[in-house]
Amino acid sequence: MATIKLSESKIKTIKDICKSFDNKSGEVINVLHQVQGAFGYLPAEVQEVVAMELNMPVAQVYGIVSFYSFFTMQPKGEHPISICLGTACYVRGAEKVLDEFKRQLNINVGETTKDGKFSLNCLRCVGACGLAPVVMVGDKVYGRLTPDNVKDIIAEYNN
Amino acid sequence: MAKYKMHVLVCGGTGCKASQSAQIVDNLKAVLAEKGMQDEVQVITTGCFGFCEKGPIVKMMPDNTFYTQVTPEDARTIVEEHIIKGRKVTNLLYTDPENNEHVSDSKHMGFYKKQIRIALRNCGFIDPENIDESISRGGYEALGKCLTEMKPEDVIQEIKLSGLRGRGGGGFPTGLKWEIASKNHADQKYVVCNADEGDPGAFMDRSIMEGDPHSIIEAMAICGYAIGATKGLVYIRAEYPLAIDRLQIAIRQAREYGLLGQDIMGSGFDFDIELRYGAGAFVCGEETALIHSMEGKRGEPTFKPPFPAVSGYLGKPTNVNNVETFANIPVIITKGADWFNKIGTEKSKGTKVFALAGQINNVGLIEVPMGITLREVIYEIGGGIKDGKEFKAVQTGGPSGGCLTKKHLDTPIDYDNLIAAGSMMGSGGMVVMDETSCMVSIAKFYLEFTCEESCGKCTPCRIGNKRLCEMLTKISKGNGTMEDLYELRNLAAVIKDTALCGLGQTSPNPVLSTLDNFWDEYVEHVVDKKCRAGVCKSLMSYEIDQNKCVGCTACARNCPVGAIKGEKKMPHTIDLAVCIKCGACIERCKFGAISIK
Repeated sequence: MATIKLSESKIKTIKDICKSFDNKSGEVINVLHQVQGAFGYLPAEVQEVVAMELNMPVAQVYGIVSFYSFFTMQPKGEHPISICLGTACYVRGAEKVLDEFKRQLNINVGETTKDGKFSLNCLRCVGACGLAPVVMVGDKVYGRLTPDNVKDIIAEYNN
Repeated sequence: MAKYKMHVLVCGGTGCKASQSAQIVDNLKAVLAEKGMQDEVQVITTGCFGFCEKGPIVKMMPDNTFYTQVTPEDARTIVEEHIIKGRKVTNLLYTDPENNEHVSDSKHMGFYKKQIRIALRNCGFIDPENIDESISRGGYEALGKCLTEMKPEDVIQEIKLSGLRGRGGGGFPTGLKWEIASKNHADQKYVVCNADEGDPGAFMDRSIMEGDPHSIIEAMAICGYAIGATKGLVYIRAEYPLAIDRLQIAIRQAREYGLLGQDIMGSGFDFDIELRYGAGAFVCGEETALIHSMEGKRGEPTFKPPFPAVSGYLGKPTNVNNVETFANIPVIITKGADWFNKIGTEKSKGTKVFALAGQINNVGLIEVPMGITLREVIYEIGGGIKDGKEFKAVQTGGPSGGCLTKKHLDTPIDYDNLIAAGSMMGSGGMVVMDETSCMVSIAKFYLEFTCEESCGKCTPCRIGNKRLCEMLTKISKGNGTMEDLYELRNLAAVIKDTALCGLGQTSPNPVLSTLDNFWDEYVEHVVDKKCRAGVCKSLMSYEIDQNKCVGCTACARNCPVGAIKGEKKMPHTIDLAVCIKCGACIERCKFGAISIK
């Protein structure tokens, strides 16, 4: 196993979370939810600690992290931008909005800008179809967007 | 609720919340406090009213005035005019598009007239975070009736007689499912609520959990009593933080009231509920995959039989029902199976909640009796197509469903008719499309979704759908041949026959139904290299009408790739080799000189 490069305090956080679920391997998904909540993402060395604590193979933990789209091994930007590509948003032009974000931020879906400020992701239906097309920046929802709004949204977070 | 003389209900559903409904609540409370009326008028944040198109919604009780598109600034007007002076704020009332008259009671709005609200009975009426409000509207009455007056087999019999079928998509008779689970004896059984609503464009389960969480808790306890289970689990998407929050509050309150836990209502029946979080995998809506995910494994489906009713969560008999199915249960118990099975069609009883979305005037959440026609839903409730455009298709059933067209407008909606028409009920997404939607692109959109979400366990779904998607991409790029169209159909049929789980077996439906209903459009893409909706970029070319162009240079200045050339005050031209077909020039041209060919 690769040497673990995490700081002691981070390892302790992971251990505490595992302990709160009685170190049961069946709770691995709940554990990963909380660990990702604490660190923002799940890099390989974090998965190794989780695997060790829950007494299960790292491959199995990795299998779960890579299976579920909610888990990410990449750190997200300071302001994660999520574009809804649910059907309702799609038929109301969400793809054009996405293209405009890609163009203006100069990144692709799943990437983070070099300054770490923005990351771009797609999601399927936030349940705000009445406002389609919808974009979320962090927890804030922007509705009824056109490509023309993109510049203003980015500017809002660039100050 | 006695001490207040008036209640202001503000929608706290996701759509309205995104339009600042929380700010409206704060402002209303502040203005009321300023007038010293905080003890006379109560402001309540409720679940979704359904009429998301006109949100945020504010409803005044007891006079039932229904205000639409309210802004935080309107809070003062509502307090000063409506509450203090007793005058309706006319500019916030809904305007009937037919006769331009104001309508103040939602009962008289086209959107609500044809709806029957059973599963959504409390959404928009109660504060979902207050168990007393749920109880005052009959909450937990059905559980009491079951525990004190009915034997478990009576409960199952009642559900069987009601004709209720699973609302998650499959349409399996709920009573029968319960009966099978009840007959399998084990030391521990489980009741699972499937709240992993993953269809893009569907948000009915979310609205029920956010607007009326107690109905789910009550129904799960009833199910536990009927099948002999003492543990309930709600498998809910982590992407629904508000629904998770409200369920947690509701479970805590139910425990405090002795409606969950040991010896419920002194009957000797024990039941408790825990939440389990999904992590974003569409396939986990399939019950065997859902169970594996709850056990902390990858959410991959397994072959049935054994059915979960025999061997489910941790190998024990498990009954899995969807949120909306559960929401119907308490009403069936209190009002009786005979009342319920009078609503609907012969084989599909009761109502169905649909999330109406897309190119339609009234986007929102609706609950209609089974047997209503698509025409009634789209034109009467939905208010017709946006911007007066032509109706083209309606997609039901999400990635497992298909597209229905004009010829299906008068088909009564029920499980069997939708399947016969090449689609399915699904969980209830209903996305309306007009002439600007390209059906090849829509099929491709769903296949991309399926490819991304396929768990990869079986080859037909993992590789077959990928090939389907590649063929659709080829067609939309203008490189398709007629052979590809026949091959699409062949491969789709193979996937349908051979995939492991329900999701794989239905994944080619979007392709098959568009091939069936929009064959001409596919042929146009392949033979004429044309996309009539103007969506497939590779099949478009832009042209400037030399007679209409006045040489204002607006297009040239806005072209991101510098493809437009021309002298000032002289007609411009587009270099098609450079053009990326982004459409920026058309939007800027004030003279209508640029067109897509």
